[in-house]
Amino acid sequence: MSQAVAHGHDDHSHLPAGWKRWLFTTNHKDIGTLYLSFALIMFFIGGAMAMIIRLELLEPGVQYVDPTFFNSMTTMHALVMIFGVVMPGTVGFANWLIPMMIGSPDMALPRMNNWSFWILPFAFTLLLGSLFLPGGGPAGGWTMYPPLMLQTGFALPFVIFAVHFLGASSIMGSINIIATIFNMRAPGMTFMRLPLFVWTWLITSFLLIATIPVLAGAVTMLLTDKYFGTSFFNAAGGGDPVLFQHVFWFFGHPEVYILILPSFGIVSQILPTFSRKPLFGYESMVYATASIAFLSFFVWAHHMFTVGMPLAGELFFMYATMSIAVPTGVKVFNWVATMWRGSMTFETPMLWAISFVVLFTIGGFSGLMLGITPADFQYHDTYFVVAHFHYVLVTGAVFGMIGGVYYWLPKWTGHMYDETLGKIHFWVSVISVNLLFFPQHFLGLAGMPRRIPDYAVQFTEWNQISSIGGFVFGASQLIFLYLIIRCIRGGAKATDQVWEGAHGLEWTLPSPPPYHSFTTPPQVTDAVAHS
Amino acid sequence: MLLTRIMKRVLAGAALSLFMGETRADYALNMPRGVTPLSQDIYDLHMLIFWICCVIGVIVFGAMFWSILQHRKSTGAVAAKFHHSTKAEIVWTIIPVLILVAMAVPATRTLVRIEQAGDADITIKVTGNQWKWRYDYVNPGFGLDGGFGFFSVLKDDSNQARQVRSGIDPRTVEHYLLDVDKPLVVPVNTKIRFLTTASDVVHAWWVPALGWKRDSIPGYINESWAIIQEPGTYRGQCAELCGKDHAYMPIVVKAVTQDEYFDFIGEQMVAAASESAGADREWNKDELMEKGGQVYNTFCVACHQANGQGLPPAFPPLAGGAISTGPVDGHIERVMNGKAGTTMAAFGPQLGDVDLAAVITYERNSFGNSTGDIVQPAAIRAVRK
Ligand code: HEC
Ligand code: HEM
Ligand SMILES: [Cu+2]
Ligand SMILES: [Cu+2]
Repeated sequence: MSQAVAHGHDDHSHLPAGWKRWLFTTNHKDIGTLYLSFALIMFFIGGAMAMIIRLELLEPGVQYVDPTFFNSMTTMHALVMIFGVVMPGTVGFANWLIPMMIGSPDMALPRMNNWSFWILPFAFTLLLGSLFLPGGGPAGGWTMYPPLMLQTGFALPFVIFAVHFLGASSIMGSINIIATIFNMRAPGMTFMRLPLFVWTWLITSFLLIATIPVLAGAVTMLLTDKYFGTSFFNAAGGGDPVLFQHVFWFFGHPEVYILILPSFGIVSQILPTFSRKPLFGYESMVYATASIAFLSFFVWAHHMFTVGMPLAGELFFMYATMSIAVPTGVKVFNWVATMWRGSMTFETPMLWAISFVVLFTIGGFSGLMLGITPADFQYHDTYFVVAHFHYVLVTGAVFGMIGGVYYWLPKWTGHMYDETLGKIHFWVSVISVNLLFFPQHFLGLAGMPRRIPDYAVQFTEWNQISSIGGFVFGASQLIFLYLIIRCIRGGAKATDQVWEGAHGLEWTLPSPPPYHSFTTPPQVTDAVAHS
Repeated sequence: MLLTRIMKRVLAGAALSLFMGETRADYALNMPRGVTPLSQDIYDLHMLIFWICCVIGVIVFGAMFWSILQHRKSTGAVAAKFHHSTKAEIVWTIIPVLILVAMAVPATRTLVRIEQAGDADITIKVTGNQWKWRYDYVNPGFGLDGGFGFFSVLKDDSNQARQVRSGIDPRTVEHYLLDVDKPLVVPVNTKIRFLTTASDVVHAWWVPALGWKRDSIPGYINESWAIIQEPGTYRGQCAELCGKDHAYMPIVVKAVTQDEYFDFIGEQMVAAASESAGADREWNKDELMEKGGQVYNTFCVACHQANGQGLPPAFPPLAGGAISTGPVDGHIERVMNGKAGTTMAAFGPQLGDVDLAAVITYERNSFGNSTGDIVQPAAIRAVRK
C-alpha cells in the first residue's frame, strides 16, 4: 500500500498509450471500465441469443432454427448472461467503487486484478467458439445435467475449460476484494461504517470463494466421465446422475445470491440519495445480507424437489427455503422505510432503483411460491420458473446494475448523461420487460414446460405478447448504449457531488476522479459515513 | 406481413381475454384444479400462497407508492431524520415468520400425503426414453395378469407439422404436440402407483391434471400416486430437458371406467400373445419391410431421419452406412446393444424379436441400400441366447 501511495502523482505520461494501456493496466478504474465494457458487450451478445429464442417462440411450429440449435441458444444465453454479464458487470462496479468508497488509492492486488480481467476474453472465446464446432455448441442447458450433457459432442471440453477459467477469474477477483476491504480502509472507516455496497461485495466474495471450487469439481467430473472412463454420474457404471444435481446446486443457489447481492448494494446507495434521508436500518441491512448468504448454503435442493427425495429431506429444504424470505423481507421493508417521509426526486437512477424494489419483490413472491414443495411439483421446470428467475435476475440484478450505471456515470466520466434519454430508456424498458416476463407466469401455470422450441397452440397468445415485449426490451437497450457513448464523449460538466443528496467518500473526489483515488487517506467520522 | 398477422392475433387475443369471460378458459391463466385429491390440495395451496403474496404486495407497494406521491421534494416535503426503529424492525421480522408458519402447516400436510404411495391397486412403470415414453403394466390390478407394456409416441399428424418449416399450420392439427399414438389407459377411482425411471437421460413425467411431476432418472425408481376421480383424457409433456426432441414426447392419460379398463387389458393380452406367436414363424420380405417401416418411423426416424440420411455429425446416415450395409451380424449387434457413450440406445431390451428383425431388414433394403438380406425373428432370438 505504501508503495502505491508513494507513487501517488497524477502525471501519467509514462503510461503506455493506446491498447497497451488497457492490456497492461493495473489501475482499478481502468480495470473497472474494462469489466463494465465487457459486460455491456456480452449483454448484447446474450441478448441477441434471447431474440433468436423469442423469435422462434413467436408462433407454434418450428420456423427458424432447428431444435438442437434452439437448445444451444438457451444454454448459451444463460451462460453468457450469468458468467458474462452479471458477474463481470458487478465486479466492474466493485473495482471502480470500492477503493473510492473506503478511501484507498487502488485495489490491494493490482496485478492479479489485471489478470482476473484478461482471463475473461479467453474464456468467452472458448465458450462462444464452441458454437462453431461440428455438432454445434452445448445444448444440455446451463445446468449441464448428465447424462444429457455427456451426449454433447466436441463442445463439451470447451465449455468445461471455459467454466474453469471463469471460476479462476472470479476467485481472483474475490480475493482481491476481500484483501482490499480488510487492509485498505481509510482511518476511521470501521466495518460498521462501510457503505452497504462494500458490505454486499464483501459477503459476495466469500460466497464465490466457497462455491466456485464446487462448480469446478462438478464439471471436472463430467469431463472425466466423458473422456477418462469414470462413472461418477453413470448409473450403469455404479454412479449417480442425481449426485451432479446436488453438487451443481450447492454451487447454484449461492450463485443466485452472488448475482443479486451487489445489486442490493447498489440500490441501497441510490435510494437514500434521492430520498435525501439516510438508509433505514443500516445494521439490520448488514445482518440480513449476511444471513441470506449463510442460509443460501442450506436450500440447494429446492431446485430438485422432483428428483424424489425422502420426505424428511423435502421438508427440511422447504422450511429452509421459506426462512430466506424473512431476511429478504427485512431488506425490502427497509428500502420502503428509507423512502418513507423522505424528500424524493426521481432522476433516472432513482427510477431504476424504485422499479428494482417493486419487480424484485414480485420475483421474491414467486420464489416463495416455488419454495412450497407440493406446489413446486406443478411449477417446476415450467415457464413459471422462467418468469421467477427473470424477475429476480433481469428486473433485479440487471436493473440494479443499470441504475448504478446512471448513478455513477457522471462521477466516472465527469459528464452528465442525457436525462431525457435516460428516462425514455427507463420507461420503454420497464413497460416492455413486464410485457416480456409477466405473461410467462400464466404460461407456466397453464402447463407450458420450459426449454422447448415449440408449443401447443393454446399457448400462442401469451407467447406472442412475450416475444413482442422481448423485441422492444432488446431494442430499447440500444438507447442505453448510445447514451453511454455520448456521455463518455462529452456533456454538461458534472460537479463533485453530482447529486444533491449524495453522501460518501466517492462524492468528495473530483468528477472524474484522479487516477489514484485517495493518495492521502481521508479521515472518516461517523458524520461522513452515516449521513 | 408477418407482423400484421401477429398484431391481429395478439389484439384479438387481448380483446377476447378482456371482454369474453367464457372464452377465458382457452387463454389459460392459472393452474388447473385437476382431477385427483392431490391435485386439488396442491391447487388450494397454490391459491392460498398466491393470495397471501397479493395481500403483502398491496401493503408494501401501497406504502411505497403513498410515499412516492406524498413525500416528494417537488411538493415541498422535507426529509425526516430517522434512520432506524428497533420496534418496527422487530415487527417486520416477527409477522413474516408467523405468516410463513401458517403457510408451512398446510404445505407439510399435503407433502406428507403426496409421499404415501403405498397400498396401491395398480402399479405402472413409466420409462423415459429419448424421445418417447414406455408404460409397463407391472401390476394391472384386479387380479389380472400383467407384464405387458408399450411405447407411446407423438402422434403422426403433430410429428409432420412440427418438422422444421413443415409448411403445416399447427393450428390445423388437433391437440398439436399433446397427442400420442397409444395413450396410457387407467381406471377411475383406483389408486395407481407410478414408478418412474429412464433408460438414457433424465426426463420428467408430468400431467398437470394429476397435480405433480416426477423426474425419471436412469438407475432410479421414483414412486408417486394418483386417484383419478373423473373419466377423461388428460394431457401433459416431458418436463426435463432431454435433448433435441424434448418438446415432442407428450403424455396422454385416458381415465376410463373399470369395465372399459378390463376390455383394454384383455385386448393388450391378446396382442401380446399374437406378437409372441409371430416370433415363431417365418416372415416374408414384404411383411418384414412393411412392419420394419412402421418400427423405423416410430423408433429411429427422430435421429436417422425418414430418408436415412441422419443429421451428421450427431446422427450418422444409414444410407450406405458401414454397418447398415456391412455384415448382418454387426448390424444386429449395433441395434440390439447400441453404442455406449452415444445417443444410440440398446434396442434389444426395448423391442420384440419381430420388430427388431423387421427394422433391420428395412434398413438394409431402404434409402438406396440394397443388400437383399432378410433377417428373421429367429435370428434375433438366437442372438439373445
Ligand atoms: C437418439 C437418437 C437415435 C435413435 C432414436 C436411433 N439411433 Fe441409431 N444411431 C444413433 C447414433 C448417435 C449412432 C452413431 C453411434 C456411433 O457413434 O457409432 C447410431 C448408429 C446406428 C447404426 C450404425 C450406423 C453406422 O453405419 O455406423 C445403426 C445400424 C443404427 N444406429 C440403427 C438404429 C435403429 C434400427 C434405430 C431404431 C430402432 C436407431 N438406430 C435409433 C442415434 C440414434
Ligand atoms: C425470496 C427469495 C427466493 C426464493 C424463495 C427462491 C426460490 C426458488 C426456487 C424454489 C427455485 C426452483 C424452482 C424450480 O425449478 O422448480 C428457484 C429457481 C431459480 N431462482 Fe430463485 N428464489 C429466490 C430468489 C432468487 C434470486 C434473488 C435469484 C437471483 C438473482 C434467483 C434466481 C433463480 C434462478 C436462476 C432459478 C432457476 C434456476 C434454473 O433452474 O435454471 N432466485 N428459486
Ligand atoms: Cu435456489
Ligand atoms: Cu424431456
